[in-house]
Amino acid sequence: MSLDLPLTRNVRPDRFPTDLAAYEANGGYRGLRAAVGKLSPAECLQVIKDSSLRGRGGAGFPTGMKWSFVPMGDASPGHKYLICNADEMEPGTFKDRLLLECDPHQLIEGMICAAYTIQADVAYIFIRAEYHKAARLLREAIAACYDRGYLGRNILGSGYSLDLQVHSSAGRYICGEETALISSLEGKRANPRAKPPFPQVSGLWGRPTIVNNVETLCNIHHILERGADWFKGLGLTEDAGTKLYGVSGRVKKPGCWELPMGTPIRQIIEECAGGMEDGYQLRGFLPGGGSTDFLTPEHLDLAMDYGTIGKAGSRLGTGTMIILDDRTCPVGFVKNLMQFFAQESCGFCTPCRDGLPWSAQVLGDIESGRGRAEDMDTLARQVEFIGAIGNTHCALAPGAMEPLQSAMKYFREDFERHISDGACPFREGGSR
Amino acid sequence: MSDRTATTLIPVLSAGEIAEIDAQIAHVPHRSAVAIDALKIVQAHRGWISDESLRAIASHLQMSADELDGIATFYNLIFRRPVGEQVILLCNSISCWIKGCDQLQRQIGEQLGVGLGETTPDNRYTLLPVTCLGACDRAPVLMVGEELHEDVDAAALHKLFARSGGGA
Repeated sequence: MSLDLPLTRNVRPDRFPTDLAAYEANGGYRGLRAAVGKLSPAECLQVIKDSSLRGRGGAGFPTGMKWSFVPMGDASPGHKYLICNADEMEPGTFKDRLLLECDPHQLIEGMICAAYTIQADVAYIFIRAEYHKAARLLREAIAACYDRGYLGRNILGSGYSLDLQVHSSAGRYICGEETALISSLEGKRANPRAKPPFPQVSGLWGRPTIVNNVETLCNIHHILERGADWFKGLGLTEDAGTKLYGVSGRVKKPGCWELPMGTPIRQIIEECAGGMEDGYQLRGFLPGGGSTDFLTPEHLDLAMDYGTIGKAGSRLGTGTMIILDDRTCPVGFVKNLMQFFAQESCGFCTPCRDGLPWSAQVLGDIESGRGRAEDMDTLARQVEFIGAIGNTHCALAPGAMEPLQSAMKYFREDFERHISDGACPFREGGSR
Repeated sequence: MSDRTATTLIPVLSAGEIAEIDAQIAHVPHRSAVAIDALKIVQAHRGWISDESLRAIASHLQMSADELDGIATFYNLIFRRPVGEQVILLCNSISCWIKGCDQLQRQIGEQLGVGLGETTPDNRYTLLPVTCLGACDRAPVLMVGEELHEDVDAAALHKLFARSGGGA
């Protein structure tokens, strides 16, 4: 029996985008018809809660629980907002692009169902500036939906109305943090906000707001149409559904695949990605984007799900792995990431604004052969201080410390050899 | 002070730019909420945001130029200095770094004579680094204008910038 892979069923090998006619011909907007006006918002919420769907943007928060904090009915007169976070910018993450470019209607259908559940009347797709093609396809798809009666006033005669707009960003990683995204959507610098109040109560323009990742929202109508038990049955382990997994780096066939949640890491790297390129050995990998802790070949037989990866000391994150091979310098690898996080810090709080450039500088010193033995202690103190949740305004800086702290654990001899040799051992005869 | 600045600089925005900005203002509770959109609209027309443009936009949105500059300089893709006809966005994040984006940068430097942040003498291209472009399975990647180029190597670069290499 072939696998049930709902999210990529319209994704063609040539990545040609699926238009409204093709989408409907393959069962599209059936979830919308089954839910909007047929089920009550409370019934929809219960199905999503029962499905155990967790956020696919990296944090893995239960989606139904997130939505349940939105005030409903008489408790919330006035506007409510649903925002799709399509600001995909986590280093090594390339899964939402696939969904956006290949099947824009799937996201729109998921968003309409999500917005109906929380009774939002306005929805936005916050998309990163560089995704020009995706933004164009989404705008075309949204226009087609207005014509077809899937968006706008009184959707399919249900009495429910929703407006949906695409907002193209101006480029900044921190916009992916949900409260920073809301600040940016209000036209401001994308500084994260203190929580509480949580966006579910006071978000965009001070109104109840839900922010969900692209992949999360793409699941919603499938779950409403086919049920919570179907969704839970898709996963191989305790976590429900399917997941878009990716592999990049020195593997034979880098790519992105939808697989059952909990697929073993070995299967993803060795079968889907074809294993390592000839002449390269696997030394480690970040399982879910640039702000997750390294895992090593000893972890290859673990299931890629939230719980298992968490127990191994890392995070599932975005589910897109970045491979560290034996000819790439682990110090340079971590330095590249740290420079990214230092550059993308919003600058609001001191540990992040000043701490990350300091870490990047120390790593740069070590990589270039100017490191000193005490630099290892400095890095360890930075990991301890900046990595502690609560010492910083948001999760950016603690996330930046995850690859560093695990690199210092698994690849400590590489750091020490840079310092003792006064040079990078990977520079000569290496791949770079 | 700011009122006088405002009255003298409002005409800097074209009727077309004002119409596009006002269309955005119609969707939001207050004018300054479209600050980022307004910057992008004017940049789309002029290529970059000069001090004059900045003051004109701020005046139109009824906010201070300093506040708007705080927003403009926050975002990576709002250009506060002139750029060439097309911007080359070279991804330098982790997967592209593993696959040799530093070499690409050197090759672009040799071919076009520019480093990061620089514009070719013929004003055709400005080279800028960009955060992970979300195409890591096709690393190394770069964008030229709105076009994404994947699996870029030396041959691809030669082809891509052949016209500029020979002088425009």
